[in-house]
Amino acid sequence: MPIDQQLQRVLIGEVARCMVTHAEELTALDQAIGDGDHGLNMKRGFEAVLAELDKTAALPMNEALKAVGMTLVMKVGGASGPLYGTLLMTLGKTFPELPTRVAIAQAFSAAVDAVKARGKSDVQMKTMLDVLVPVLATLSAGGANLYARLRASAESAAAATVPMQAVRGRASFLGARSVGHMDPGARSSWLMIQTVVDVLERGGSAMKQDENRAASR
Amino acid sequence: MTSRNAKKALANVGIVIVSHSPDVARGAADMVRQMVGNDVPLAWCGGAPGGGLGTNVEAILAAIDQAWSEAGVAILVDLGGAETNSEMAVEMLPHERRARVVICDAPVVEGAVMAGTEASAGSTLDQVRRTAEELRAR
Repeated sequence: MPIDQQLQRVLIGEVARCMVTHAEELTALDQAIGDGDHGLNMKRGFEAVLAELDKTAALPMNEALKAVGMTLVMKVGGASGPLYGTLLMTLGKTFPELPTRVAIAQAFSAAVDAVKARGKSDVQMKTMLDVLVPVLATLSAGGANLYARLRASAESAAAATVPMQAVRGRASFLGARSVGHMDPGARSSWLMIQTVVDVLERGGSAMKQDENRAASR
Repeated sequence: MTSRNAKKALANVGIVIVSHSPDVARGAADMVRQMVGNDVPLAWCGGAPGGGLGTNVEAILAAIDQAWSEAGVAILVDLGGAETNSEMAVEMLPHERRARVVICDAPVVEGAVMAGTEASAGSTLDQVRRTAEELRAR
């Protein structure tokens, strides 16, 4: 799917606003099992992203991803800054010129690997990776109703972190007491993916309508 | 600081203290300073960008710069985000500096004091790190 500047602006803006809107919910999740700052940190980072939206919307997509990632690294103030920052900066570095599903899946795979390295973490550790990895698998597999399946896969993967026991980060201090709460990073990843999918679906169908209109003229 | 001390400080491993709380970081730095005087380049940072509890990559980079020594810099951190942000900062250093900075797996206050004491004896970066890490929670 082509990503024009308008769509890129909506993508970055919607993801950032979603994180700001859900700050309290993310903080409440993090107070249950972490150090209670995830929502606040994401809000601070993504408010900085919103402040630079005019600049990043005008950049080529790969440069925009790198710029948003760097803003998160510099402004978030917690581990989620380098983690989401690394995800987006690596996605920017590997983002294909021709963004087909297969090419985007390859770039996303590189980005997820970089997050694993940054967090010295992997799946089943009750982290954002427990959402990112299943979503990557769905994206790589492709097939019909992809947008709906990406949303479903993010949602069920986040829900699957509830019974997990944390082994990374502050939540790991809690041991068995971390069981029974959704991981805040899994929740923010789910929100992010849901927002991206929603925007692309709307953008894609709007573009199809434009094409249909153009074709019927 | 006399010029002889200044020269000695430059030759010793530097210490950087990174805490979510500026009060904790400053307090730990005070304790190190009391132990080792001005023999060790020392810097601290704490707090999120724009205030509040957290850590700040830009401030960590500035602290590394402030405590820079040709012998290297040992960083002491508190909770997870301090470690991840410090690792990010180290990666953003100029290439020639990157290999001469280590993040110690040690409690921040005791680790800083032990590392500072070891550094003041003119020990190598690796020795400083190992001394701090003897305190690691097992």
